[in-house]
Order: sequence, then C-alpha cells, then structure tokens
Amino acid sequence: MTEMSKEKLLWFYERMRLIRTFEDRVADLFGQAKLPGFVHLYAGEEAIAVGVMAHLTDRDRITSTHRGHGHCIAKGVDIKRMMAELYGKTTGLCKGKGSSMHIADIDKGMLGANGIVGAGGPLACGSGLTTKVLGSDEVTVCFFGDGAAEQGTIHESMNLAAIWKLPVVFICENNMFAVSTPSSYHCAAGEICARAAAYDIPGLAIDGTDVFAVYEAAGEAIARARRGEGPSLIEARAFRYYGHFVGDPQTYKTKEEMDGYKAKDPITLFKKRVLENDLVSEPELTKIDDQVKKAIEEAVRFAEESPLPAPEDCLADVYVNYPREEVEP
Amino acid sequence: MMTRTLTFRESINEAIRLEMRRDPTVILIGEDVAGGAGLPHLEAAGGSEWGGALGVTVGLAKEFGRKRVLDTPISESAIMGAAVGAAITGLRPIAELMFVDFFGVCMDQIYNQGGKFRYMFGGKVQVPVVIRATIGAGLRAAAQHSGCHYSVFTHMPGLKTVVPSTPYDAKGLLISAIRDPDPIIFFEHKLLYGISGEVPEGDYTIPLGIADIKRKGKDLTVVAIGRMVHFALEAADKLFKDGMDLEVIDLRTLSPLDSKTVLQSIKKTHRLVVIDEDNPRCSMACDIIALICTKAFDDLDAPPRMVTGPHTPVPFSPPMEDYYIPSVDKIISTVKSMIS
Repeated sequence: MTEMSKEKLLWFYERMRLIRTFEDRVADLFGQAKLPGFVHLYAGEEAIAVGVMAHLTDRDRITSTHRGHGHCIAKGVDIKRMMAELYGKTTGLCKGKGSSMHIADIDKGMLGANGIVGAGGPLACGSGLTTKVLGSDEVTVCFFGDGAAEQGTIHESMNLAAIWKLPVVFICENNMFAVSTPSSYHCAAGEICARAAAYDIPGLAIDGTDVFAVYEAAGEAIARARRGEGPSLIEARAFRYYGHFVGDPQTYKTKEEMDGYKAKDPITLFKKRVLENDLVSEPELTKIDDQVKKAIEEAVRFAEESPLPAPEDCLADVYVNYPREEVEP
Repeated sequence: MMTRTLTFRESINEAIRLEMRRDPTVILIGEDVAGGAGLPHLEAAGGSEWGGALGVTVGLAKEFGRKRVLDTPISESAIMGAAVGAAITGLRPIAELMFVDFFGVCMDQIYNQGGKFRYMFGGKVQVPVVIRATIGAGLRAAAQHSGCHYSVFTHMPGLKTVVPSTPYDAKGLLISAIRDPDPIIFFEHKLLYGISGEVPEGDYTIPLGIADIKRKGKDLTVVAIGRMVHFALEAADKLFKDGMDLEVIDLRTLSPLDSKTVLQSIKKTHRLVVIDEDNPRCSMACDIIALICTKAFDDLDAPPRMVTGPHTPVPFSPPMEDYYIPSVDKIISTVKSMIS
C-alpha cells in the first residue's frame, strides 16, 4: 500500500466511490419508479472490481454477472451511457435493448453483464482461446458469484481453461448468498477456492472488502495468466448491501448481520487506512466525493433527456444479414 | 471449375479445410474432432486420423495442428460457450455438437448467449460461429442420438439454421456459413454422410436463405428437408410413371426461410405436401403449411398435408424405427390421396 502511487490510490477511491454512488442513486431512482425492469446492485463489493481492474487495460477482457454495474464502472465504461441503458433510452450502451443485466461495451473489453448465472465461464474460455490462437497477451477475467459456483458451466470452464492453459482468471465474488440461500447451505465443501485443487490451478480466498488484498492477489493471478502459465481461482469474500434485487426485503438476513457489514465497508476501510498512513489527505477525498456526485447527476440528466426508442426499433439488430420481412410479426 | 465425385462427408471436410486454409481465424473445436489428444505416440505422428465420431474431420489436425483443431473434454456447455466467446473476440470458430440431441446440456450457451448477444448488445457485436450437429434417425441409435430438432433452433431468433441434402450443397452452404457474420447451426444427417455426388474443386458458396428446386413439376409441390429430399425425389420419380408431375423444393436453409420460392411454386401447382423427419408439433412442416394457408390459401386446390415423424422420441428396435421415419410409400399414398 505504502509503495503505491498517490495517483493509483486516488483512482481506487474514485472508482469505488463512483460505483457506490451510482448504485445508491439507481436504488433511489428505482424506488421512484423511474427505471423499468429489475436491477441487481453491487454496493458493498466495490473493492473486488476495482482491485482486479487496476491490472487491466482496455485490451484485456472481462465477463460479468447479473450484478455487473461495478465491473463496468471499474473497467471504464461510460456511466452516462450506462445510466441511459437503465432508463431504456436510445443513447444507452445497448440502445435500450440490453438493460442492467446485459450491459456490454466490447471496445472496453466488457463482454457483457449476463442474466444467466454461471454463463460467463465458457465465454471467458472462448475469449482466452482467441488470445491463445492469435498469439497475443490479453488476459480475460471471469467474474462469477458464489451461486454460480454451483453451476456446471463454472466447473467445465475451470477444467477447460486449465487443460488448455488459457489466460483466464476466475474471480468468485462470494457475497455469502445465492439470492436468499446462504453459501453455508449451497456449498458442500465450505470453501469455493478449494476447488482449484481439482483443476491443478492456484486457488486462494481473500478478504474482498480490502482493495489492497484484492489488488495483490489479482495482480499475481493476472501476471501468471499473461505469462501463459494458465488460469487461477480467487475467492473474494464480501457483502451485498442491497438485496438480491432492488426491492428484496432481505428477511433472510438478521439486523445484527447487516449492521456488521458497516464495520467491513470497503470504502470506509480504505479511507481509514490511507488517512492514518498519511498517503492522501481528507480534502483530496472530499474533492473526489464532490466530482463523483456531479458526474452521477450528469449521467441521470443525460439519461432523462435522451429519447426513448421507436417501437419498431424492436425489429433491428437480431442478425447482421437477414430479410426484414422474415423478422416482422 | 473441375468437378469430381465426393461423399457428403468428404465435401464437409473439404469445406472446413479450404476455409481453414483461407482464413487463419477459423478454428475447429469439439469432442474427438482430431482424436487421441495428448497421447505421445499420436502427437509424435502429427495427430490422430480418427477425425470425429463419424470421421468427418479426419486429417484436419494433421494439416492445421492442435492449436486450431482442438479436442475438448465432454463439456458441451464449455465447448459452445467457448466458441461463442471466441467468436465475439476475433475468431471464426466451428464447434461440433456430436449429436444434436445433446443440445439439452448446452442450449443456454447457444441460444441465450450466442443467439441473443447481437440483439441484447444493441447490434454492436457479431457472433460468427458455426455449430455443426449431426441429426437423424436410421442408425438404430435410439432416442438420445437420433433426433432432428432443427425446428427447435429455427424457432429461436438470432440463430440461422442450415440443413443440406447433397454433397454439392453441403460444401457450398458450409463455406457460406463459415463466412457469415451470424451464429449458424449446420445440421448434418448421419445417413447422408455416405452418399456421393459431383462437387467442384476449390471454393464456391451457396447463399443462405435460398431454397433449391430439386425437381420441376406442375401438379403438386413437395417441400422437403435434409434426407427427406431424397425420399421426395424417389417418390416423385415413381409417381411420374403414374402421370403425376411433382415439384420438389429443398429448403436448404430453415432460418432465414425462402418463403418466396415456396409461395411461387404453390401458385403454379396449387397443392402442398411437406416431408419432415422431425417431430410434427411446432415443426417446420407446421410452419410451411401455416405460411401457405395464411398467404396463399386461395391458390390451394386441396388441404395441405404433411408427412413427418410421429410425436414420439425415436425408438430403437428396427420395426419401430422404420415406422418412425417417413417412407417413400407414405409420401406416395399421401400424394395420391390429394390428386385423384
């Protein structure tokens, strides 16, 4: 931590704060019935996306989950166009065809949030295979949750990535609940990272609320993948502040448990550590808070002022080449 | 262009080989597509000559190496998803689903991922993947290795579906499919692999979405798919001797569908029979009949008929499987009942 540049530390803070503020604002907008559909929020898990993405460039790629806003923001996806997508506007990243669950930005190496739990594993293998066949050096990071860890796709993918030595890093974001089902119930072996042994790849569990711990572990795994030495599995444990989706009453969690999250808040922990060590100053952080608030309000304004799609836009973008009359109802 | 006789199997192999020579981003992945991966005595000899469960991809590993011809574990979801993931990041993968019936374990990657990406991402991505799958009854392979199921995939927007019936069509359609920017399921009937036909050397393409009139006629239109095209032609030859002149349309591509060719034919013959080996409910047979009833009802002189498999899985024991598959006799009696 102490050997990190101030620039990097401020980037950590700015990205984590941007994710948190974005998610809080989305919860608020959803509560006001301004956003259609459903949204799954990343608040509480910011340190994972930010600690991992600090090692990636736009050429590196990620596969994401249904809880993908944090991954997008950490990867550098434009928050105005993200917000517009949540509103279902034409200026959205997917022109209003995607929603929160399918935000993608291929130019930024963001291969898509995904509504199917565990689907990113095979896709990440394919992305890694492209790198290997073309002989380049990008790394693909596959984010998945503790719930997805129980899908066959994740097992198939870790095995395939291991036998083909693909440049893929598997990051399990264990937020302790698969919807309402605790990992203590759904995971037979208790630790997801222990499965790495079955694929003969490195596996470790880390505190996913500590951005420095994530940064260090992800750095090693990504460097290993970039050297062509194959995949790794990191289980990063953190807490999901909002419910599975916005509106989830979270009756499966106790009040004590939820209060306990505050003691492990990734942003509070980060602030405390950098300020105690005199690495950055309070005004520097406050200035970021203000900039982030402004950026989020600009994103909301941009989204609200953008046009909705025309109904018949429904018919476009199914294929590259296809007779229009064969798509019409 | 010089032509020579090739089997259906050889023409598919040649299409893949030519495209792999032409475009270094074309790769082949699937279970046993080379065979014997990692075994020292085979690797030393430049790879196995096994070439897939039905020998279609034989010799490709030797020419293109293990880097581009990749044997996989039995992990169909990972195979299909890896093909889709590679397709959106710069490769043009050909992935093999050994038997189409196995779609049950990997449909999410084919449809929810590959089929929906372009749409969900607002048209910003192309998914140039070809999934080759074997289909069809007749090998006594029983219920989990004998289905057609192309109607399932044709139902799904975002996917294109191709079912060739001859070696010539197989090569030209597969080359088109590999060069196409959309995800394509390419269905190969297992009982067609051994048939022979004239196939030009070198590359040529047959555009997707264009049906082929395999026999011109004026009395009745038979629309057929895959192996059933041959049954329809055999029935047409026999019926011609009885004075009935059938037009046989090979759809070749199910999605996109060449509605125009079928509609034009009905305007001429005024009668329709669809021959489809697939199960009948929500099938291509239903789809073609619905097309004609909604768009050319007044042109019809008789109610359209279909000859299909029954609404059962494919049975094992020969008498039952033979009953399952639409027969030339059944086509003939159906046609005769419509032209009297």
